Amino acid sequence: MKKLTRRSFLKKAAIGGLAAAAPLKMVEVVYGQGAQEKFTFAVISDAHLTHIKGTKFVRNFDEGLERAVTEVSFMDPPPDFVVFGGDLAQLGKKEELEHGLEKLSKLSLPIKFVIGEHDFYLDMGEYWQKHIAPLNYSFDHKGVHFVVLNSILTYDSWINQFKDPMERMLGMARLDNPHGSPFIVGEEGRRWLKKDLAKLSPDTPIIVLTHSPLYKIFKPWNFWTDDAEEVQAILARFKKVTVMHGHVHQIIYNQIGNITFYAFMSTAWPWPYPPTYTQKPSNFPKITVMMNRADPFHERDGTGWSWAEVAAGRVTHHYELWENTPRTVYYDEKLGHPVDKDYQDPSKRIPPQIHY
Amino acid sequence: MFNKILVLLAVFGLLVFASNARSDEFTKEDLKKWREAFMEVVKEGERLFHSPLGRNKVSCDMCHPNAANTHPETYPKFQKQLGKVVELRDMINWCIQNPLEGDPLPLDDPRMIALEAYIKWERRGVPLAPGKH
Repeated sequence: MKKLTRRSFLKKAAIGGLAAAAPLKMVEVVYGQGAQEKFTFAVISDAHLTHIKGTKFVRNFDEGLERAVTEVSFMDPPPDFVVFGGDLAQLGKKEELEHGLEKLSKLSLPIKFVIGEHDFYLDMGEYWQKHIAPLNYSFDHKGVHFVVLNSILTYDSWINQFKDPMERMLGMARLDNPHGSPFIVGEEGRRWLKKDLAKLSPDTPIIVLTHSPLYKIFKPWNFWTDDAEEVQAILARFKKVTVMHGHVHQIIYNQIGNITFYAFMSTAWPWPYPPTYTQKPSNFPKITVMMNRADPFHERDGTGWSWAEVAAGRVTHHYELWENTPRTVYYDEKLGHPVDKDYQDPSKRIPPQIHY
Repeated sequence: MFNKILVLLAVFGLLVFASNARSDEFTKEDLKKWREAFMEVVKEGERLFHSPLGRNKVSCDMCHPNAANTHPETYPKFQKQLGKVVELRDMINWCIQNPLEGDPLPLDDPRMIALEAYIKWERRGVPLAPGKH
């Protein structure tokens, strides 16, 4: 284990007032395994920082992001980088994005940003692209090819009905909007992805980072990407593909063909699981063991962050759940799909995991 | 005297019969009208549910899209965090006061009735399960 010197401890302790409460992460250090060396990255997602007015922001959501930043800063050894999974802002306002950047600036690690619809639909991604990150990009890390893919576009016919940018933003921000519009990667994005992957051999492990799930769970809440099958087809020739996404604010994992899917937690609030809305059917993945029902009287319950351990091109996803028991989901080579370390066997489930 | 009583009884009987007859007689138009009156309150409830009801811009739908995870069919129930049996409206007020940082609504406030109407409408068809946690 890497030791914390007094100086580095003080530096880290200064990052947040939660220093005393923040756990030190114990991660097994494994040295190089050729091209696919083991490594970790941390994930913070769906912060939804909400501007009230002037210098006032919603306290609850600010505290969620601050806590995640503090805890990631205390990971020991530190992760190689941090993924921010989108929805830094609630209504795409400059005030919200800058407030979020200031909070994330406490991290001394590189951040890989994925845009969410709450960051996009006020100015159609202008601020984000100018000051934060491109919408589509890729990078290689210790033998794994990472792709950040913008999946929160939608059809022009829906976008063009709005004259007022805030009206458009509010229309997209309402999760249960009966007049909403499904997400798409779009033709241009798919063309970019194809080109980006063109030179890679099928043995290259791929990790795709998106905001919306690259499959179809529940259309009424946009847990849905309309051209998902076309994107999955582009990824079909690779042996090891993992798609990790935000947007759903809950533990979901799935396997579709060669692709393993993991959802990120939100630091702000948990969404209900789609099957709990009884008026419409969902395609909720049967293999997911749901997270515990959130207790609203414990403000941070149902929220959290996660870290991914990557070994031999497969991800083990550790969910750090505040005010609840952590969960670990890993890819089972024999079964060919992700499983929960403790609860996958139906006889091991506990009553709070039953949602209705 | 006897005749008078008979007349009175006859009039009373007619009245009872007449009022019974009236209470049984409602038309398809009436049903439509009452349904519309109800749906208007549901619609107002939906609007309130998607509006900031407190002082911090947070709204009910942010945690409860389509009023999911509100479980209206389980109330009244022992709310473990409050240590007593409460109604759905008590939890609505708890949410308004805490995550929404607002003031509680009077329990007979038309806004409270509208919020309950919307929440229950989104849960229609689910069997009653009072007391279920």
